[in-house]
Amino acid sequence: MAGIVGYGAHLPRHRIKVEEIAKVWGADAPSYKKGLMLREKSVPPPDMDTITLSVEAARRALIRAQTVDPKDIGAIYIGSESHPYAVKPSGTTVAEAIGATPDIHCADFEFACKAGSEAMFVAMSHVDAGHMKYALGIAADTSQGAPSDALEFSAAAGAGAFIMGKENMIAECLFTHSYMTDMPDFWRREHEFYPQHGGRFTGEEAYFATTKGASIALLKKSGMKPEDFKYAVFHQPNGKFPQRVAKELGFTQEQIDPGWLAPRLGNTYSGASPIGLTATLDVSQPGDLIFMCSYGSGAGSDAFVWEVTDRINEVRDLTVRTHKLLDENLTYIDYGTYAKFRHKIKKNY
Amino acid sequence: MAMFSSRNWREYPQRYRMEASRFKKSGKTYFPPRTVDPETGDTKQEMVRLPEIGKLLTYTVIRVAPSMWGDEGPYALGVAEMTDGTRVMAQITDCDVEKVKIGMEVRVEFRRIQSEGSAGVLSYGYKFVPKWF
Repeated sequence: MAGIVGYGAHLPRHRIKVEEIAKVWGADAPSYKKGLMLREKSVPPPDMDTITLSVEAARRALIRAQTVDPKDIGAIYIGSESHPYAVKPSGTTVAEAIGATPDIHCADFEFACKAGSEAMFVAMSHVDAGHMKYALGIAADTSQGAPSDALEFSAAAGAGAFIMGKENMIAECLFTHSYMTDMPDFWRREHEFYPQHGGRFTGEEAYFATTKGASIALLKKSGMKPEDFKYAVFHQPNGKFPQRVAKELGFTQEQIDPGWLAPRLGNTYSGASPIGLTATLDVSQPGDLIFMCSYGSGAGSDAFVWEVTDRINEVRDLTVRTHKLLDENLTYIDYGTYAKFRHKIKKNY
Repeated sequence: MAMFSSRNWREYPQRYRMEASRFKKSGKTYFPPRTVDPETGDTKQEMVRLPEIGKLLTYTVIRVAPSMWGDEGPYALGVAEMTDGTRVMAQITDCDVEKVKIGMEVRVEFRRIQSEGSAGVLSYGYKFVPKWF
């Protein structure tokens, strides 16, 4: 099958701590930190959005792809629930910025937190079908969470980009499986600022049932067992869910560690498992198998088995690693600055 | 509104991809691109893309910003010499104005430049951020 020939990530440098949000709303920070297993989250500044995050991640993917001419990219798909426009595509701006226009197909995907893995899946399918030489799948979000809602402690920003191709792969996709049901666990209606969710209902019947449904089916399809994999990446709405689902499926903490970013990054929605994959590729070795399973409310999971090739050693340090973006050069902001950055303050313009 | 979106669109090559003009006769690169070399009158040129790293030559701090950037103030605007010698002016973002220094290394990042209120077109382009990797 086709696979990844170039990958890249981008994260904002700004962070806000759980304590800073909790003190505004009179919430108990230690219990939120323990319950969500999350210490802080990334915050996009006012001049950063899904399009700008996507462009930077895509440029890094092109650097790691080394010889790919942007004109040979036949499609750009961006999965996000925070496309800057309601009507006007994000993909065309990214295509223009990386020099891939005009002979290209663009589409913006939406599916709660699974939109990014959809973009990867469809991009890869086009290459596999022989429709085009390369296709770019991007997962990016500047997530929304209503003030004082539990989601406000986790809704974060970031992007991961993957150039799919059949030659000079960094990681070949060996198997995929997708699993969907109609699940009203989380949604945002037209013209609403913030999403609504079903509280505890988003757990057992939604995230866990769907992630396990896709993962178990993929393990069966591939004939593989959790111990066959060097690493595993799951959707991470908080630190706790991916850790628990990994354990219940038979994966260990060591397997999820490199891609388990939520405790310090927060929930990057569509970006979550794809950015986790970039961080995992950063530390992987040729021959390693990586298990990946996204989750999007509504609900569905896309699961992938990736096999890392020799090329990883050549390309991993051609640009910045994801953990460096996560750990270094950080600026901590207070709630007032966060409210301003995220346009939570009413103004008459 | 319509005037702005068309002007914005015409400037994509320079704003999105930092495309500059290098003239054949003098070998000099201009950014934003020009159609005629002001020194030689030459019109024969090739498009080159500028490098993403530069060094700050000078800057100024905007404390009372125009309305479209009012929420971002105070912010710095600087001129950097890119590694190929071409000079570029841009806003310096992700950087406290007190920490901006002449000689600091900057990296170009793709950012939102302005929004025409809450309903108009969004424009994107290059800004400088402090180089840290």
